[in-house]
Amino acid sequence: MLERLQHLLGAETLTREQVTFILDQAKPFQEFQRHPLKKLATLRGKTVALAFFEPSTRTRISFATAAARLGADTMNLQAEASSLRKGESLIDTVQTLEAMRPDGIVIRHNASGAAEFVAQRLAIPVLNAGDGSHEHPTQALLDALTIRDRKGRLDGVNVTILGDILHSRVARSNIFLLSKFGARITLCGPGMWVPRELELLAPNIRRVLRVEDALAGADVVMVLRVQTERIHEPALAAEEYILLYQLTAKRLKLAAPDALVLHPGPMIRGLEIDPAVADGPQSGVLEQVTNGLAVRMALLYHLVGGAPADAPHPAKERSSAAD
Amino acid sequence: MRVVEKRQLLSAEEIGRTLHRLAHEIVEKSGGTRDLALIGVRRRGVPLSERLAKIIRTSSSVSIPVGTLDITLYRDDLSTVAPQPVVQSNEIEFTVDDRDIVLVDDVLYTGRTVRAAMNGLFDLGRPRRIRLCVLIDRGHRELPVEAAFIGQSVQTSDTEIVEVRLQEIDGDERVMLVDRVS
Repeated sequence: MLERLQHLLGAETLTREQVTFILDQAKPFQEFQRHPLKKLATLRGKTVALAFFEPSTRTRISFATAAARLGADTMNLQAEASSLRKGESLIDTVQTLEAMRPDGIVIRHNASGAAEFVAQRLAIPVLNAGDGSHEHPTQALLDALTIRDRKGRLDGVNVTILGDILHSRVARSNIFLLSKFGARITLCGPGMWVPRELELLAPNIRRVLRVEDALAGADVVMVLRVQTERIHEPALAAEEYILLYQLTAKRLKLAAPDALVLHPGPMIRGLEIDPAVADGPQSGVLEQVTNGLAVRMALLYHLVGGAPADAPHPAKERSSAAD
Repeated sequence: MRVVEKRQLLSAEEIGRTLHRLAHEIVEKSGGTRDLALIGVRRRGVPLSERLAKIIRTSSSVSIPVGTLDITLYRDDLSTVAPQPVVQSNEIEFTVDDRDIVLVDDVLYTGRTVRAAMNGLFDLGRPRRIRLCVLIDRGHRELPVEAAFIGQSVQTSDTEIVEVRLQEIDGDERVMLVDRVS
């Protein structure tokens, strides 16, 4: 029996069974995206607060659309980056949110651990849309769904993650999630962004500094954007990055034939990825977006839908509803 | 929940004969099978719809498309249920627009499942007509829903349950009336 998920704070704390359940539940929502009429009444009357304290377009729109298609209402809270520098405390933020009584909160914040901090103080479900450099679990789930659909499995896949791993919550969540399925993970990028300590995150990780070595035999190549907003030390020059680490069509040939190319977005065409690769047949970038919608609908349905966890069981059981 | 069997409503053989009769009724009363399609409501409506299509194929040499509809997202009781029930995919390979649809389910009771099924169908398109085919109509409607094709009508009380067992799902084949025991 699957333990009921109350929050989605990270991939690290999910069990393999919970991940499989979420991916399986995303499937009907993938099919739903092809319906002529994409509007359900399933979460009608529920309100989802979208508390984005870091700039975001794709994740915010994805969650907002997921909620709307389920019939829920949304509260859009978007703090400019500058007000964060003015020092609003997270406690104040949390109390403001709670006062508006949403049925669930999706939170993105620049402090690692912010989602859990909020979850400990509110009685409603919290979904982590990215906390600092810590985790971005819905990204890892949609990546896993894309891999599973294209490759037929998650078990034992060879995944190469390429770029600024140190500052990437996407990389961390993917490492945690894919390791649960025995994936073999290769991390590659400029030395200062791929410290040796990352090998301790999960079993079966290796760190490789030459992109040619990192790509050999990869079933999946995950390309990360250079996180210029998060680093404070002098960055690598763009030309040097392109020369040493850009995923070009030629380099992609070193990977397994028909290797899947993923990118969490937004892409900087011509920097970390060659446009021909981004638009090529091996790219799963657009499927990632569709799958993100499906995964987020499945999560909102299960976490925000229904009676609260401590509600009494319904008195009557009708065979028509339970069949 | 403990139940005790009161009586058998249909044996395996009777289920088979009932389905044959229903299949012929559907063809007779459809004024042409050109736009006809069967859609089975998960779960037990699915094997029933497939069997009906097979009977129609072998006896009339007409191939009627069959689809599967999952009504979980359209249920009217989700806000009272925790955890939320598992959702499954529809499997409808044809367009629903302008179709003469026969919804197939095992038991018609309050009518709420059928209301949910119709909502699901309308999200997929605009059927020309929807009619309902059920193995058992047990009364106690709570919504204005009626079946055009009925296997057997049974009078039941509120505490009773009509239990349908089908080979494809239960490994067994019969319909029983059971009663709840406190």
